[in-house]
Amino acid sequence: MSELHNEVSELERTSATAARLFDVRRIIGGLFVVYGVMVTIAGLTASDADLRKAQNININLWTGLGMLALGLFFLVWLKLRPTVPPAAQDLPEEPGARS
Amino acid sequence: MITLADGLRLPTNGLDYAILAIYFVVVLGIGFAARRSVKTSLDFFLSGRSLPAWVTGLAFVAANLGATEILGMAATGAQYGVAVVHWYWIGAIPAMVFLGLVMMPFYYRSKVRSVPEFLLQRFDRSAHLLSSVLFAFAAVLIAGVNLYALSIVVEALLGWPQWVAIVVAGLFVLAYITVGGLSSAIYNEVLQFFVILAALIPLVVLGLKRVGGWGGLTHSLTSSHGPNFLTAWGGTGIGQANPLGANWLTIILGLGFVLSFGYWTTNFAEVQRALSAKNLSAARRTPLIAAFPKMFIVFLVMIPGLVAAVLVPKIGAPGGLQYNDAIPYLMQELLPNGVLGIAVTGLLAAFMAGMAANVSSFNTVFTYDIWAKYVKPGRPDGYYLRFGRLITAIGVLASIGTAFIASSFSNIMGYLQTLFSFFNVPMFVVFIIGMFWKRASVKSGVWGLLAGTTAAMLNYFWIYKQGIIAIPTDQGANFVSAIVGFVAGALVMVVVTLFTEPKPEAELAGLVWGTTAPGLEEPPSEGDDAWYRKPALLGWGAVALAALCYLPYSL
Repeated sequence: MSELHNEVSELERTSATAARLFDVRRIIGGLFVVYGVMVTIAGLTASDADLRKAQNININLWTGLGMLALGLFFLVWLKLRPTVPPAAQDLPEEPGARS
Repeated sequence: MITLADGLRLPTNGLDYAILAIYFVVVLGIGFAARRSVKTSLDFFLSGRSLPAWVTGLAFVAANLGATEILGMAATGAQYGVAVVHWYWIGAIPAMVFLGLVMMPFYYRSKVRSVPEFLLQRFDRSAHLLSSVLFAFAAVLIAGVNLYALSIVVEALLGWPQWVAIVVAGLFVLAYITVGGLSSAIYNEVLQFFVILAALIPLVVLGLKRVGGWGGLTHSLTSSHGPNFLTAWGGTGIGQANPLGANWLTIILGLGFVLSFGYWTTNFAEVQRALSAKNLSAARRTPLIAAFPKMFIVFLVMIPGLVAAVLVPKIGAPGGLQYNDAIPYLMQELLPNGVLGIAVTGLLAAFMAGMAANVSSFNTVFTYDIWAKYVKPGRPDGYYLRFGRLITAIGVLASIGTAFIASSFSNIMGYLQTLFSFFNVPMFVVFIIGMFWKRASVKSGVWGLLAGTTAAMLNYFWIYKQGIIAIPTDQGANFVSAIVGFVAGALVMVVVTLFTEPKPEAELAGLVWGTTAPGLEEPPSEGDDAWYRKPALLGWGAVALAALCYLPYSL
């Protein structure tokens, strides 16, 4: 029990994920903005055949706008609440151990 | 096993392929960008136990939302109707809530790095080795079956030869997991979750419009399939006939209790996502946050299935469109280029994420539980990190091999999958008894596992398949076998415990209900006491909401 505990705690102390891993919100935001723009443009230029196929709903336009909104939401969220730097959460007896 | 009918080729164009190509680039980009965060083996296998709850929670849903699940559940909807909701509302939600509220403190606080490692702490090396080896085999097998299913779908929809799809998708998964580890797998799962929503929501909207809305849908199906097709519990009285071949008792006990609890609480491919959370509060919230999207995803797979059952009344008849074709068929019929590209991307992403979830749990169990315990113990951490990368690559290559074998012996694969599914049931018995009964002896673990598995298999392959007791469908027999396996495993554990030594109380601290290990209580992180982050509220809220969801389909 304690042996496993010590081993994992030690690995947690030297782990680099918290300090170095990028924020996934940037990726989701970026990809959905790009997809949103592409699909919205497809919606703006939709042919009559496209519209007929999609039951007279301009589905590309609506999906594109929805994806754009989701992408912007993630980028704004990231801007408003950026990742907390892990140094602030370090244990008191380990100053700067993660740097 | 998935097979698709001919004639489902999608009218993809350059825009659709551009969307798909961008996705593949982003997948690889995530892998390489995550590389610099991998310093220790813990970073590689468990993201350094440092991810926020919403990320692990969405990854928890997405790891299960593979394409076999999406196509399969739409197929279940087309075949059995609204009864498919059982797999979500009674099947998944209570088990996920139980994992978060009851089991996660034991898993996370004990700092085990895998589900088998918990068995090693609680029971002994034989239970540990048995579950590790079986899990490792099953994970590679399932990854391979996923890859094979992907190649069939890609061949039908896009016209690529099967071997091209197997090799391309396999190598992409290999690249991003070997380089970026679990962080890369989890980030891709979160991304896949949103892409698959963007693919399914337009499909549901257009599908409903096509059949005249929910009203038109229910009207057509009531006249073609009868009123029970649109209710959750209609015809499930004991002795009544229904297409599912199960009654309310086997649904609640077999599917809702044994099978689902076994899958959601002891399948390491799922639990691993929660173990990578940054603290106990985040780990407990992982399955609870996942429960909310999970509960509504059923509409996104059931409605396309029902719509397909209206549009193609002969669906499922031999030679024509099969149940598994429901979603690809609607994609072909309804989606214009653009959204079609998103849907194809979402489907491929779901296949790759399903495979990646298995590979990234396989490598962890193989490295920590098999290699570092029994083959080469006591090496420095850097060695296990390097070995982990190597075994990841080997695991993917083995899955690619499995996929090729599956393409020529698909019956054997289906058989093997059934075999492995029976192993989850006794795992749950052993966990639940081990966590709640201090007296359960060291030796009872391995005997419970063996007895439960054997009993479930005997029931399925001998009593059911040989027709000794008549159960109408494979599905129904599955539920009954699960119950049999659970009861047998529990009985054997109790009997073995009565005749063998218990584990010393000191070694059980923090592993069993009612014990605490000193010095393990972490101080709560800032903000974790907010009301919307309370595990009890989230958990009971999810159960209540799932019960409410049943109402419109039960009255």
